[in-house]
Parts: sequence; C-alpha cells; structure tokens
Amino acid sequence: MSQSKSASILDSRILIPAVGGAFIKLNPRTLAKNPVMFVVATVSVLTTVLFLRDLAVGGDNLGFSFQINLWLWFTVLFANFAEAVAEGRGKAQADSLRKARTETQAKLLTNANGRDYRMVAGTSLKVGDIVLVEAGDIIPSDGEVIEGVASVNEAAITGESAPVIRESGGDRSAVTGGTQVLSDVIRVRIAAAAGSTFIDRMISLVEGAERQKTPNEIALNILLAGMTLIFVLATATIPAFATYAGGSISIFVLVALFVTLIPTTIGALLSAIGIAGMDRLVRFNVLAMSGRAVEAAGDVDTLLLDKTGTITLGNRQATEFRPVRGLSEQDLADAAQLASLADETPEGRSIVVLAKEKYAIRGRDMAGLKATFVPFTAQTRMSGVDLDGSQIRKGAVEAVLAYVGGGSLPVSGNAAIAASPQSETVRELQAIAAEIAKAGGTPLAVARDGRLLGVIHLKDIVKGGIRERFAELRKMGIRTVMITGDNPMTAAAIAAEAGVDDFLAQATPENKLSLIREEQAKGKLVAMCGDGTNDAPALAQADVGVAMNTGTVAAREAGNMVDLDSDPTKLIEIVEIGKQLLMTRGALTTFSIANDIAKYFAIIPAMFLAFYPQLGVLNVMGLATPQSAILSAIIFNALIIIALIPLSLKGVTYRAIGAGALLSRNLLIYGLGGIIVPFIGIKAIDVVITALGLA
Amino acid sequence: MTLNGWLQILVFCGILIVLVKPLGAYMARVFSGGRTLLSPVLVPIERGLYALAGTNEREEQHWTTYAFALLMFNLLGTVVLYALLRFQDILPMNPAGMPAVGPELSFNTAVSFVANTNWQSYGGESTMSYFSQMVGLAVQNFVSAATGIAIAIALIRAFSRASGKAIGNFWVDMTRATLYILLPACIVLTLIYVWLGVPQTLGPYVDATTLEGAKQTIALGPVASQLAIKMLGTNGGGFFNANSAHPFENPDNISNMIQMLSIFAIGAAFTNVFGRMVGNQRQGWAILGAMGILFIAGVGIVYWAEAAANPIMHAFGLQGANMEGKEVRFGTVMSSLFAVITTAASCGAVNAMHGSFTALGGLIPLINMQLGEVIVGGVGAGFYGIILFIIIAIFVAGLMVGRTPEYLGKKIEAKEMKMAVLAILCLPLAMLVFTAIASVLPSAVASVGTGGPHGFSEILYAYTSAAANNGSAFGGLTANTPWYNVTLGLGMLMGRFLVIIPALAIAGSLVAKKTVPASAGTFPTDGGLFVGLLVGTILIVGGLTFMPALALGPVVEHLMMIAGQTF
Repeated sequence: MSQSKSASILDSRILIPAVGGAFIKLNPRTLAKNPVMFVVATVSVLTTVLFLRDLAVGGDNLGFSFQINLWLWFTVLFANFAEAVAEGRGKAQADSLRKARTETQAKLLTNANGRDYRMVAGTSLKVGDIVLVEAGDIIPSDGEVIEGVASVNEAAITGESAPVIRESGGDRSAVTGGTQVLSDVIRVRIAAAAGSTFIDRMISLVEGAERQKTPNEIALNILLAGMTLIFVLATATIPAFATYAGGSISIFVLVALFVTLIPTTIGALLSAIGIAGMDRLVRFNVLAMSGRAVEAAGDVDTLLLDKTGTITLGNRQATEFRPVRGLSEQDLADAAQLASLADETPEGRSIVVLAKEKYAIRGRDMAGLKATFVPFTAQTRMSGVDLDGSQIRKGAVEAVLAYVGGGSLPVSGNAAIAASPQSETVRELQAIAAEIAKAGGTPLAVARDGRLLGVIHLKDIVKGGIRERFAELRKMGIRTVMITGDNPMTAAAIAAEAGVDDFLAQATPENKLSLIREEQAKGKLVAMCGDGTNDAPALAQADVGVAMNTGTVAAREAGNMVDLDSDPTKLIEIVEIGKQLLMTRGALTTFSIANDIAKYFAIIPAMFLAFYPQLGVLNVMGLATPQSAILSAIIFNALIIIALIPLSLKGVTYRAIGAGALLSRNLLIYGLGGIIVPFIGIKAIDVVITALGLA
Repeated sequence: MTLNGWLQILVFCGILIVLVKPLGAYMARVFSGGRTLLSPVLVPIERGLYALAGTNEREEQHWTTYAFALLMFNLLGTVVLYALLRFQDILPMNPAGMPAVGPELSFNTAVSFVANTNWQSYGGESTMSYFSQMVGLAVQNFVSAATGIAIAIALIRAFSRASGKAIGNFWVDMTRATLYILLPACIVLTLIYVWLGVPQTLGPYVDATTLEGAKQTIALGPVASQLAIKMLGTNGGGFFNANSAHPFENPDNISNMIQMLSIFAIGAAFTNVFGRMVGNQRQGWAILGAMGILFIAGVGIVYWAEAAANPIMHAFGLQGANMEGKEVRFGTVMSSLFAVITTAASCGAVNAMHGSFTALGGLIPLINMQLGEVIVGGVGAGFYGIILFIIIAIFVAGLMVGRTPEYLGKKIEAKEMKMAVLAILCLPLAMLVFTAIASVLPSAVASVGTGGPHGFSEILYAYTSAAANNGSAFGGLTANTPWYNVTLGLGMLMGRFLVIIPALAIAGSLVAKKTVPASAGTFPTDGGLFVGLLVGTILIVGGLTFMPALALGPVVEHLMMIAGQTF
C-alpha cells in the first residue's frame, strides 16, 4: 500500500499494462457500458468497412480516409486507456491486499468454551463459527473478539505497522481477516463468509470490478447520450441539405464532424474520473462501500463531529488549582498531586505535571510513603490514596460532595445541610466548579478526610488549526455540530473556542439519532463518524457514516465508509474528495461541450467549401486545406483525451471560496478555456500535419 | 441605425418591465386561489362552470392525471375544430359563402390552432367564415394559450411545494387562466383596437368602386376581438392573410406597440409569478435577465442588418434601409423589433415579410425559434421551455461547485435529465429531419419560391416555425400542399406535445422531492453568474445543433450578398 501511495500518474508500471488494457476493452460488451464511446466505436467500424471497400475498388483520397479511420480508432483506444490507467492504480493496491488473503488455516473450536480445536481451511468457515487465534496466527476471517485481548498487526489493510489492541466486549472488538495476532490468545466469532470479507470487498473496490454507476453519473450519461442523439440529427441531415445545394459530402467527413461534436472528451474520461475518486479515498485509507456514498459526501450539509479526538486533543489537562477559602493553592496542589501519583490516566498525569511545573512539588514514591492507591470505579467515580490514616480523594464534583456527605445539594436546598458548618464551603466549591464548567473546563473536586480542599481545573485542549478548518467548512456551506457527553455549559464554551456552529451536549445514542433525523427532515444531508456499537443506528441513519476501523463489527456494518486509520478528522477530507469528484465531472463536461464551437469553425467551411466557397470566411483559424482542417479537428479531439487523463485522475482542485466564486472560477477555466483552447490546438495541429505533408 | 430607433426599442422594453410586477402579482394570486379585484364577478361564474363540469375545485391531480386531462382536452379540441372546418359551408355566419375546407388543410389548421402555433397555409379572408374564425379558431386561441399557462403553473408548483404528490388541477388552472387573465384583458384590448380603427362587425364584405372605376371587395369581420387574443395568447393567426401588416389588423404605431407588448406581457410576467411562488422574486428577474440579453442581442442584429441593408443597392447609389416587404407606417425599427418579438415568443404574427429581410435579419428569427422560443416565449410555453434549459445548465455547471446539482433546493437527477433531454431533442428532430426530407423530395422542392440558399431557408423556416409552434411564415413557400400540410401538422404536434409531456413529468418528479435548504455551498441562481450561464447554455446546447443548416441557409446567403449575389 505504501508503495502505491507514492505511485505517480506517469508510472510506467501502470502505463504499460494500460496500453494492453485499452485493446482488451474494445470488447463490445465492455464498450456498451459507455454510450458515447460505443457510438464512436460503431461509426469507426462503419468507416473501416467503407475504407476497406474503397481500398478494394481503388477509391480516391485513400490516405485521407485512412487517417480519419486511424484517429477514430485512437479516440476509442484513448478512452479505454484512460479507464485502464485509472484501474491500474487500484490494481497495485489490490495485489498487495491479495497477498494477505492467502489461504490460512483456522483453529475451529469444537466446543465454544473448551480449548479443543481442529484445523480447517479458512475458506470453509461459516458465519457464527468460533475460532481460536494464538500469537503468530493469521486471523482467518472477519469476526468479533468474544474472549481475550491481543495485539494485532493490521499492516495488511492499513499499511500501519504499529500493532493495535483488539479486545472483547468494548468498542475495539472487531478483527479483520488477513491480519496477524502478535501476542496473546483470542477467541473470535466469525462474522463474514469466505468471499465477502472486508479484504475481499476492498479488493473489488480498488480494482473497480464492482463499480456501479452512481446516480449522478447515470444522470450525466443520460445527458451525454442525449447530446449524442442531437448531433446524430445535426449531422445525419447534412447530406440532404447538401444535395439541395447541389453538393455532396463524403461519409468520412460527416463521421469526423459527428465524432468531434459529440461529447467524447467527458464520455471517454467519465469512468476514469469515478474510479480515480474512489481511488483517492482508498489512498487516504478510507474505504467507501458504494460510489453513492462518495457523491453524498460532496453534498453534505451538516457534519456531526465527536468532540474528543476530532475537535479537542483526546486528553484533558489540568491547568489550574482553585482552593476553597482558607487554603493555599500550594496545599491543594500537594493533595492533588498525592492523589494522582499512581493515577496513570492522562488527566492524572497532567495534574502531577502541573503541580511540578507551577508549584515545584516533586514526584514522590508511593511505596516510600506507604500509600495505597484507590483506583477509579464506576460506583465511586473517584480515585485517590490512603496514607498515614488519611484519605485523599479526587473526582467529579457531585461524587466528591456525596463522599464528604454534602450530597449533590441544591444551593438553597435541604435546611439541615444548609445549616451545617460545611455548607458554606460546599457552596463555594460549587461556585468554583460552575465557573470552570462555564469556561469549558471540567472541574475535579479534591477532598481530604471528608474536608473539601478545592477544585482542579481540567481543560480540553482544542486542536490547533481546527478553527480555521471549520471556517473553511462554513464557506463550503457545511454546518458543523459538535457531539459531546459534556454538560451544555462546558460544551458551549468549547464550541465557541473551536468555532463550531452548534453542539449537542450530553449526547446519547438516542439524541444523536434524533438530531440526524431532524436535520434530514429539513432536507439536509448529514455525515458523521462513530466507532461503538451504540453508534450503529446513527451511522446507518446518516447519509455518510464513517465507521472507524478500530470500531465494532456492528459499527462497521452500519456505516457506508470505513476509515482504516480511525481518524475522525478525516470526515472533512472525505467531504472534499466527494466535492472534487463532482467538480471534475462538471468541469470536463463543460469543457467538452464548449469545444464544439471551434470544431464547427474548423469543419463547416471545409465541408461545404466545394459548393459554397463563400463559407471560406468562416475558416477563422486559417487552416491550410479542407482535409487538413478536418483531420486537425479529429486529431485534436482524440489527443485532448490523453491530455486530460492526468486532470481526471488527480481531480480539479477544490477551494473553499464559496459556491459563486468557485463556479465563476471554474466557468472561466473550463468554460471559456473550453471555447479558446481548441482554436489554438486545432491550428497548431494543422500547422504540424501540413508541415509533415499528411494532408 | 438611429438614436430615435433605439429610443423606440427602449420605450418598448421600459413599458414591458413596468408591466411585469403588477401582472405577475395578479397572476400569482389567481393561481394560488387568492381573491382579486375581479373575484366578485368571476367567482360565481367559475363555480358555475365547475358545477356544470362536475369538477371539484379542491381536488388536485397527479402529473399523469393532469397530463391525461390536458391531452384529452386538446384531442377533443382538434376533432371539433377539424369538423367545424370541414362543414364550414353548411354552418351559419358565412356571409361570404366560403366553401368547406379540404381535409389536409383542415387537419393542418386544426392542429395548428390547438398547438398554439397558428401556422396558416391559407389566407383568412378568402378561406374562413366568420363562424370558423369565432367559434373555431378564436376558441382554440383562448384554450391553447390557457393550456400553456396551466403547464407552466403546474411546473412552478413543483418547485414551490416539497414532498408533495399533486401538481394542481388541470381544469381549474385552465378555467382560471381563461376567465381571470385572458378574457378580461382581451375585452379591454378589443375595445382599444376598435377605438384605433380595427373593424369589429358581423356584416358582409363591402364592395367598393375605386377611382379608376374598378370593383374591389373589402374584407371585414370581427377582427378586433380576434386580434386581441391572437397577440395576448401568442397565437399569431391573422384574421387577414397579411396578418398584422394589414391596415385593418394593425392600423398605426400605437396599435403596433400594444400588439408587441401583448405578445410579451404574459410570458414576461411568468418569470415574476415564478419568483413570487418560490418565494424569491430575484429568481424570476434572473430568468428574465437572461431572456433580455438574448432578446436585445437579437433586436440589435436584425435592426443593424435591416438598417445597413444591401451593398448591391448601395452600389447603385440607393441609400437607406431595406424596406422590401415592410410597411412604411412601421419602418425598419418597428418591423425589426416586431420580427424579433414574434419569433422570440411563439406568436408568429407578422407586420412585415420575414422572407424579404436581409439574410442576417432573417437568421435571427430562425435562431429565436430554433432555441425553442425561450426568449420570453409563448404564454406558459416559454417558461416551461426555459426551465428545461435551466435544468441542463444547472446540471452541468452545478457540478462545478462540488455538489450534486440542485435548483431552488430541488435535486436534479436522472429522471429530470431524461425528460429535459427528451424535450430538447424533439425540436431538432422535427425541424431538421423534416427539412432534410423536404429538401430532397422533388414534390416538396417544387413548392420553393426562390433559388439558392434562400429557397433552403424557406423550407427550414417553415419546419422550424411549425415545430417551435410559432406559426410565422418566411413567404415564398407554397405550403398549402398535402405534403406540407401533413408534415407541418406533424411537426407542430411533436413540437407541442413532446415537450409538454416531459415538462409535466419533470413537474411530477420535482414536486415529490424534498427542498434542500440553500447554504453557502449552493450556487446562487439569482445573480449575474447564473444569467450568463443560462445564456451560454441556451446558445450552445440549443443553438449548435442548427449550425450546419444555418450555414447553408442565411449565413451563406449573407456571404453571397456581400459578394454581390442575391436571391
């Protein structure tokens, strides 16, 4: 994978097989999928037959009609070549994936709970079978870890050699066939039958074998077929008109006019653009399960982004100690550091770091202090240490208040508590906590022996540059919504800092799903990413659901894209790739249609010159002879396909400058350019072929 | 060209623009079922008509039902009109004693008036009885215009509604178009024309003795009332053979100005109706802007070509404009302007002979029609015609902003594209294929009046005019032959109904779609960029097809004229 990533468009390893591919694709059944090229091939067959007849009976102008024939076939071959090059880039990836799919042996458990197994071929596994995978084994097929934890090398699919952890029960329970277990033992319930595994799907995707035309591509094909028909009418009626004028038109000239007028440029490159769009995603380590999803990505109106990991760095960091009245920051820092010494969570470590940096409290040895660590549990929602008979605890404000006996009292609530000596401190602590929450931080209360000491301010660190990213998205017309489990106050503060348009606080799978439905009811397209099983309904509901590769099988099945790097920020790039795909199609269609003007100016005077010499005035390019004019037009028409292959593979550059500005820019380049370029190109070719004496 | 000439053109444009908003507001109210000034009088009549026909005003139709009702109504209209013409001799109100009309001509005329084309292979005053004119032709003048209006309204509803099924009720739309819009306006216009000197009588033709003592029959009839709907409904079928060049059908420059304005009034107002019903009037102005650019360009070219006239004449020392085939009371400017208006809209009334225009002066009317008459266009027809081009323009260019194309929040997908392409395809099919056959068929070629490329233009113009449902003639061509009557009739049917059905199918498909809210990523369709894009699309998609034919007709004729050869 990593090799093909750097493969350039002009890689000979792709180009040489593509030349062969261009000829193989002359198969009528393959050609029939592309209406415009099928028509070109059909008329090429016709002119070839006519040419051969002329050759046999010794007609005139054999050299000219031979060249017309040659370039007609080149037009078809160039179109095939474009598609072959696009596919070739995927093939390289497919080959490396195939290596991972090589025949594996599986240890099929005879009894789900026992350790007895028999060796079977990986391909014979059925959905629901349970296999044992030990260190060094290749996981035989896609499945879910039902017992155990193991480090797995997923380089075969992600290209990333650092091992990842796969364990039962959590959101990291999915394993992919073809990846290798490096340590420990897991039991895997098989979730995909042979032939439909993740790797199988990837292979068919990158090879373009399963490529279905997307809705927009179908609509475009209808337009192109319609334009082809219109030009059938325009050219087929010319001989009758010429007869009226007392002239006649050679069938070769007529066919040349027809082929240059129909939208061959976009017709030739359309499927290459589609394949290349998919390919760009794959290079980006994102797998789209359908082309429809890629198109939908370009249309996304609302982007749901998880706060953690996408908008903020994964970990919150302690930035401040806020003691209650009567205590110094130093005292609070000391207690907080003690409580966090054995806390290996990033938050815990950041408290130790802050205490050291700001208050010069050095790390202490837990064993030396005879301290015992009290780990965090879901019940207590606190952690801390017991030492010298005293207990230090830190945790969520409500939890710590409950611990000191204050409960989560309302400020002017229970009279008994309000009257207690501690009520003043409780109120003060709550006030500090509220202040921190309002600023977007997370308050962490600290208590020692039932006495409240103060609050640690944990802060979410918004990723650098993310604000600019959102501003860009806004210019594209995309609304960003931050999804977070935080309370609304905290969420609002972070949302403001990150510059998202909206947020969903205290998110649950249910309200996430209803948010998506709400947006969709307004006619908007929604994209989101998720990894957990509880994300699956929302992923399925979203128009673009990107499942993280580290996620559960359910999440991966529900989404229509899988991100192999499990990087939720990528959603933004996915949207850009979707837009780029549509833009490239539009740009080349516009270019192709705009080309027709120049072609008319080349061919019409040439065609009618014999009986209406006055029409020579229309030969604005000053082409040498009628024959050279017609040849130049058809040569230009064929060569422009080759010239535009790089653009169709790379895609038109997307800029977040607003739709109006983007359109005028592209209209200027591809519309106006499409009018002017062929005038120059045809003239240049005319000069060359006249110099070479070809016409 | 003179400043005076351009000022006259500007006056026309100015009055038209002033008319757009009030007329648009009125029409939008009528079709939304709102109350209007005329409601107290018309609502009881409207209710009575529904009761008589057994129509439920509130019951809306799916597009297929709507289309079926429309087709049946038009089929019935064709049959009735055909019968009226065939039995004209035994029907009343025939003071001139006109004989029955022949079968091919009756077919051609029936189709022509039902399809809002008003191609006339006959001369009115020498063929039609008053009864045929009033009960036959005038009725179709009203209902064919109302049919066009109904379709356009149905299509507008498709944009203004979201996730719906029905596009309106054909009977209601038709009735309202006739009752609230066409009839009241025509009553006023008739009175104005009468005041300006247009005859309105059921009395017989008058015999006069000229100063030289020769006997002359002066044709009369209910001209003013026919004239009002002929213009307002963009029908264009003249009461007299000379159409609006006849002094009784267009006495002076005031009547000429009123006629030109009534051709464009409803069509131009439709852009405003659209803007109002989709909730943004700028959308309508943008469409009118695109139409305006093409219109002014056309007027400029024709006026220039007619004013510059002919270098051969200049060589003889004859200065001035090309006045061949023009009425002196209208002159170059008003004849040029009228020619562009009548072909831009699908009217087809003429106040000068298009065949006598210079080659370039005749080229623009041809192009106007070949583009599908979307420059303001026929009542309703121009609007649904330009929507087809908008769909294509939005589809191609809309992609370039990186979204799947949408217009006013409605996604343009395969179904819409298929229908738009079908509709756009049928025009070149009818125009080019029939022209091709006629230009090699000896019996058809025999009808041609002039040699060289001008003769070719005559054939091309006839089929273009028929398929575009225009009805104006180039002159020169003897069209009252079985071949032309039948093929032109077919061309008219294709150009009318093969566009209407796809247009309604698009309405049916769009009305069911959700409306996607606009965002910064949506490309704005109410600005100059869209106007430019639309103009470009109309010219390239609609026009390029006809390049070879035009090159062999007016273009080469123009080049030959420069070289000193005329036809």
